[in-house]
Amino acid sequence: MNIEITFETITFAIFGVLTLAGGIGVVTTRNLIHAALYLIVSLFGVAGIFILLAAPFLAAIQVLVYIGAIAILIIFGVMLTRGMTHLPERFNRQGGLAAVVVIGGFVVLLVGVILPVWGPNGAVAAEAQPIFMTTRDLGIALVDKEQFVLPFEVASVLLTAAMVGAIAIARDDESRD
Amino acid sequence: MVGCISDLSACLIDAGIGPGLAGFLETLVGTLIVTLLPLTLVIILVWIERKYSARVQDRVGPNRVGPFGLLQPAADAVKMITKEDITPAGADRIVYNIAPILSALSVILIWAVIPFSPVHIGVDLSIGVLYFFAVGSVGALAVMLGGWSSNNKYALLGAFRVVAQLISYEVPNILAALMPVMIAGTLSMQGLVHAQAGMWFAISLPLSALLFFISSIAEVGRTPFDLLEAESEIVAGFNIEYSGMKFGLFMAGEFLHVLTIAILTAVIFFGGWLGPGVQEVPALGWLWLAIKSTILYLLALHMRSTLPRVRIDQLMSFNWKFLVPLSLVNIIVVAFLFKLVQELGLTPAADETTNIIANLPQTFILLLGNLAIIGGVLVYLRGLGREQRLANEMAAAVDEDVEHHPHHDEEVAAAAVAD
Amino acid sequence: MNLVNEWGFVGLFMAIGWIFPTLPLVISWFVRPRKKNDIKVSTYECGVETVGDTWVQFKVQYYIYGLIFLVFDVEMVLLFPWALAYSSLDFFAFGAGLLFIFLLADGLYYAWKTDALVWK
Repeated sequence: MNIEITFETITFAIFGVLTLAGGIGVVTTRNLIHAALYLIVSLFGVAGIFILLAAPFLAAIQVLVYIGAIAILIIFGVMLTRGMTHLPERFNRQGGLAAVVVIGGFVVLLVGVILPVWGPNGAVAAEAQPIFMTTRDLGIALVDKEQFVLPFEVASVLLTAAMVGAIAIARDDESRD
Repeated sequence: MVGCISDLSACLIDAGIGPGLAGFLETLVGTLIVTLLPLTLVIILVWIERKYSARVQDRVGPNRVGPFGLLQPAADAVKMITKEDITPAGADRIVYNIAPILSALSVILIWAVIPFSPVHIGVDLSIGVLYFFAVGSVGALAVMLGGWSSNNKYALLGAFRVVAQLISYEVPNILAALMPVMIAGTLSMQGLVHAQAGMWFAISLPLSALLFFISSIAEVGRTPFDLLEAESEIVAGFNIEYSGMKFGLFMAGEFLHVLTIAILTAVIFFGGWLGPGVQEVPALGWLWLAIKSTILYLLALHMRSTLPRVRIDQLMSFNWKFLVPLSLVNIIVVAFLFKLVQELGLTPAADETTNIIANLPQTFILLLGNLAIIGGVLVYLRGLGREQRLANEMAAAVDEDVEHHPHHDEEVAAAAVAD
Repeated sequence: MNLVNEWGFVGLFMAIGWIFPTLPLVISWFVRPRKKNDIKVSTYECGVETVGDTWVQFKVQYYIYGLIFLVFDVEMVLLFPWALAYSSLDFFAFGAGLLFIFLLADGLYYAWKTDALVWK
């Protein structure tokens, strides 16, 4: 199997390295804020990969929601936990075991996804139909009676429930002080 | 030669350069122009801003360096570059140095999708509107990093406040931009401008335009929302420990951001580069866009030099209890009216979208809906204000233990009946 | 494909864009004076020496605002495709959007009534 070196493969390599390096940084750094920053690097890499997959809408969401909101929320969360920014000792000594389990699970997942599609009797690598979904198509599908209107509304219920739950928990915390 | 302004690559190919190279050169030149333009502008903006607020406050403003003090920003830049750079002890060096660059970059990157004329735009992304919101949200991150890495309590406190403000006001900002997207049916910036050929969105959706402009001002952190440098409370906010050119970059980013939001408002709601003669001479678009955004920019400057600063609790209440609910009501009303217009067949036909007359019925209905919301809000606020006033008066009356005041009682009774 | 060109431009823009803010910093690095002393680099606190750690515990209020923003952010992102396709949809789409926004407003109403929005 030979890989053609094109503009796209190079870009993919750059974003892949960014994603992985960010991920490694997250788990190795001892400073929680730095971990959050590495996470942002990783998320940025994923956004780049979304663009390579011709899904700019998802890339924009990745930056807007993950970097613009979730990363900020994580930093807020770190700041709430006093004295956690510099951990002097390790609480978890099963790091090696955890790594093995995670890698094993990931390999199983990867094989499970790749084999049916690109394997020897896979669902044909040669004839993968390119589907071009624009953001507009997504909008039509989201509110179509036949398609995703129920998940669309359920998502709203879920988010509202998340908000109500978060407020309830946070407020409870406050009154106990 | 004139043709080169509109289509550089065609012009280069004529000159005997290969199409691939010509395309690359065009992109490179475009990138350089679009990145250098904001940085050049910022030097002028500093002068305009200082002169303007000086005039409002009955001062002269910068007038020593160069004619009319025009070279003052250049002198400032030289001064800032030659200043000693102090990194506070205990600062997180790498993050401390990245933050100002990221702050300026998050503003410059927005310029990639600003359409200056029918043919001049960095890149007309299919998700242009989402792109600038995404890039803008990185600005909040830069503030957070700067405040955290300084290892200063005021800086960190300031950063927390600013980030809370920035993320809060992002909600009405995005919700307001949703309305033009709905009517135009596109997220691309050029598409939004073309959709306004018949009628500006500022006329058919005045409430959205207002919400967008107000929340944008808050996003920039300008008076009355300038809590990020509340000198009287937290000394200078998140950038307190920064000195020299790093401080300069934060400031340059802020000055530039004001112009950027003025331009974005002009593009999304005031027709962007649209104006007489643009179809014949595309370069005229620059002029029209410049005029529109300058007016909005001066409005922002005027707000800065005349309004007082709000308190942080007022700031948050104003956003979450006023702007956000109003944005949601606005979406529902506009969505309903727009659908109604379509069902009644009042939308301009596909070949008549640029015709003002054909756009009138739709505009009229949407405008009416907007005015109804604004009117309703004003009536509601009047009632709320009166309630508040009466409550205050009652409290004052009890406090001072004044003798019975018949007229006052009547007012309370009237208010009770009205409720 | 067109996509590569479009986003290639954005990539180029990001590559070139950060040079210009960095340039003044680099020039400054060469010309600025270096006279460091302990007082100068000490944390600025209006002339008073700082007490304790800077990374003090923050109020949960910031976190609540962050959470509410996150929920709204996700909802707005879902509303964009809806708005984009809206002109080619029927009244059912309006109903779906209305319900969606109503549920969103419901959460906001809860936050309002439980005083989660009050800055304390």
